[in-house]
Amino acid sequence: MSGHLVHDTSVLLTRSLRHVLRSPDTIITTAVTPVAMLLLFVYVFGGAIHTGGGGKYVDYLLPGILLITVASGVSYTAYRLFTDVSGGIVERFQSMPIARSAVLWGHVLTSVLATLVSLALVVTVALVMGFRSGAGVLAWLAVVGLLVLFTLALTWLAVIPGLTATSVDGVSGFSYPLIFLPFISSAFVPTAGMPGPVRWFARHQPVTSVVDTIRDLYAQQHVGTEGRLAVAWSVGTLLVAYALAMRTYRRTIG
Amino acid sequence: MTATTAIEITGLTKSYGDTEVLRGVDLTVPTGTVFALLGSNGAGKTTLVRILSTLLRADSGTASVDGHDVTGQPEDVRGSISLTGQFAAVDDILTGRENLELVARLRRLRDARGIATALLARFGLSDAGGRRAGTYSGGMRRRLDLAMSLAGDPPVLFLDEPTTGLDPQGRIEVWKSVRELADRGTTVLLTTQYLEEAEQLADRIAILHEGRVIASGTLAELRALFPPATVEYVERQPTLEAIFLAIVGDHDNHARHDDAVR
Repeated sequence: MSGHLVHDTSVLLTRSLRHVLRSPDTIITTAVTPVAMLLLFVYVFGGAIHTGGGGKYVDYLLPGILLITVASGVSYTAYRLFTDVSGGIVERFQSMPIARSAVLWGHVLTSVLATLVSLALVVTVALVMGFRSGAGVLAWLAVVGLLVLFTLALTWLAVIPGLTATSVDGVSGFSYPLIFLPFISSAFVPTAGMPGPVRWFARHQPVTSVVDTIRDLYAQQHVGTEGRLAVAWSVGTLLVAYALAMRTYRRTIG
Repeated sequence: MTATTAIEITGLTKSYGDTEVLRGVDLTVPTGTVFALLGSNGAGKTTLVRILSTLLRADSGTASVDGHDVTGQPEDVRGSISLTGQFAAVDDILTGRENLELVARLRRLRDARGIATALLARFGLSDAGGRRAGTYSGGMRRRLDLAMSLAGDPPVLFLDEPTTGLDPQGRIEVWKSVRELADRGTTVLLTTQYLEEAEQLADRIAILHEGRVIASGTLAELRALFPPATVEYVERQPTLEAIFLAIVGDHDNHARHDDAVR
């Protein structure tokens, strides 16, 4: 059975990657919004924002922008899955002797790969804008690993609207809260300046711990509790989203 | 049993909330026949096909396909069947060839390329094989859809309203393909709301009405249920379809169709 899953997933991954390669605009549009925010915040608002660290604002900002890239990337996954379900091809796959969850894994892995390409685009733009990090190979690997974990978690979350939505608008609507979440975190400004309840929320939501961890890794600082918390948030979200997505899948598709 | 009976259904029921869609369906489909399930919209045809193709669970009753129980051995059932749903489930972004290779690979067939080439040729899509399926006409999409169902030659094929929404030419193309399937010994269960389609294609016909099979048999057996009509000789007028096909010049299909009508 597990052999089936790997084989069938790789066949469906190839198919789904072909979709992405034939509409490369999805990778670019995934990167457009985060890049626009990067430009806006660095060159328009940045001068008025004091992060207290003394470093460049683009260095402070990039980790949060990366998470926004992930959020906008996974919304395409929801869209692609929705198209498959409404077009009837998922039903065709389900009536074939293949591993049941391969259909979802194909989309999820495509999401991770496409998002990684978009992330690379955003980092490139940031480098042009003056972002610098002395982080070594291990720290960069840790950043990539955490981003992959976070992408997996959000992708499984995106599978749910992809399966259940009744219209394209419904699918794209789900990503707005995900893109908005970084604003109420330490992504753009330090949480210290926020009023009480907002600060409490900002300090206790996953984006802040993930952003702070990536920031520490880039700044070559020790990653302690914050890092463990970031991994715990990501793994926790991943497990819950995976369980919910699989349950939804069994219910809606059979 | 598997040698003579492809599909065996006993007392199958299915409800959605208070709506009883199937109220005890009994049906036997002999191996190698084209079996038409005739019924109006909402008669439960699609629900029945979805249960037989393991996409849906029945509330009660039993059904087996190619000797495998749909509830107990869904994996084996899926290995024996192919489903062509009401709307052509092809991947618009992939080419015709890639669609066929995709299905062949998922069925773990050796030589997916060769299978795709053969199917493209068999369904008259060789020239269009390199084009994206999204650019195909309705009839071509349906043929590709059918071709995808045939990769690996599954012994039992479900066709859910295969010609709904097609123009006359597209419909004749599909009919031709189904007849060829029947000649090769594939068991075909097709649902339709068109009486003519059942008459044209099917060896046996069952009429599904309000969730029950109310009549079943060969066309001759069904005819025998009714008193013969008074014989009257009238001049045979060409049907509008015959006129349409004659004017647009699809002589080959026209001849074949006319032959079948006779």
